[in-house]
Amino acid sequence: MILRAILLTVFGIAFIISGMTVPQGLNVGDRATDFSLANIDGKMISLDSYPNSKGYIVIFTCNNCPYAKAYQRRIAELHNAYAQKGFPVIAINTSDSKEAIVKRAKEQNYPYDYLHDETQEVSKAYGALKTPHVYILKKDRTVAYIGAIDNNYKDADAADKKYVRDAVESLLANKEIKITSTKAIGCTIKWKSS
Amino acid sequence: MSLSSGKTNMTKGLVVVYKVGYRFRWTLAVILFSYSFDSSGQQIEVIKADQLFHMIDQCPEKNKLHVYNFWATWCAPCVREIPHFESLNNSDRNVNVTLISIDDVDLLEKKVIPFVKRKEIKSNVVLLDETDFNEIIDKIDKSWSGAIPASLIVDCRSGKRLFYEKEFKAGELEKAIEMIINHP
Repeated sequence: MILRAILLTVFGIAFIISGMTVPQGLNVGDRATDFSLANIDGKMISLDSYPNSKGYIVIFTCNNCPYAKAYQRRIAELHNAYAQKGFPVIAINTSDSKEAIVKRAKEQNYPYDYLHDETQEVSKAYGALKTPHVYILKKDRTVAYIGAIDNNYKDADAADKKYVRDAVESLLANKEIKITSTKAIGCTIKWKSS
Repeated sequence: MSLSSGKTNMTKGLVVVYKVGYRFRWTLAVILFSYSFDSSGQQIEVIKADQLFHMIDQCPEKNKLHVYNFWATWCAPCVREIPHFESLNNSDRNVNVTLISIDDVDLLEKKVIPFVKRKEIKSNVVLLDETDFNEIIDKIDKSWSGAIPASLIVDCRSGKRLFYEKEFKAGELEKAIEMIINHP
């Protein structure tokens, strides 16, 4: 009886700990590592592929998540607004097949690089947990912002806090970013090992 | 003896229902028809974040465990784990399960209600009608990234809370309940 209680407690605690593991990955202020992932043309892309950029808007996303779909247009608009100014969007897909990624990017005419993180190592290194999940990096690759694109997934016009735009504008103006991390509901990234 | 008399009673009963049914067959048809409509489909309350926090904080039944599960019809791991919450809710344990759908409120009639009906969900289902979750997520639990499925277990006797950002596999939810009951 006592043994059973002890066993139950040990298992219970082990279970709780396994359920509460703190996600590894980047925090604001950390230095992001570079990566090398294939774009839809099979060309390997890394942060080094953008030598003239002033920073990067790295977005972990996928094809089918309703939130990712809802933000599809806004992600393209971010790239169109800021790539010329030095902040290109680099989208990383952790969930779909190479074929599905190529198909979607061509159908939707994505203006940015849509990369396939086949081994999921980049997503794990950054600590991406859901889609869409944004990491804004400065030129020196320190993380300036982590979180959502804005505060209304459903209606872009109704969003009154445009977190990513505000953060990029602040960086461009050499000002301090007011909101450096936010949270939004997203689709869990499905890890291959689990 | 009891078996045979029971059988006779049942037959008699059926004859009565048949006769009454024949006389009032249209009334009966309407009653049966409306009953078939209502039987498995529960009312789904649409709530705002304030109402959700109020519900969690006030502990509707003080001597019970309350389990809140955040899910959506489009979320495959959420849909997979719902049977575990259902069997917990339907067990004789002192547990109250609330399934909080974060589906778009515009899909309530088209997606959420038919889903709840099709799966014959008995747990209490509410739809959280919000589009900005930035502050909501931290108020539920600081460790929540915002990914679903996510679950909050509140022990209303002690006020203790356990939060999980994960899909519960068979037996895991039971263990979590066991854990909080044994260590209130």
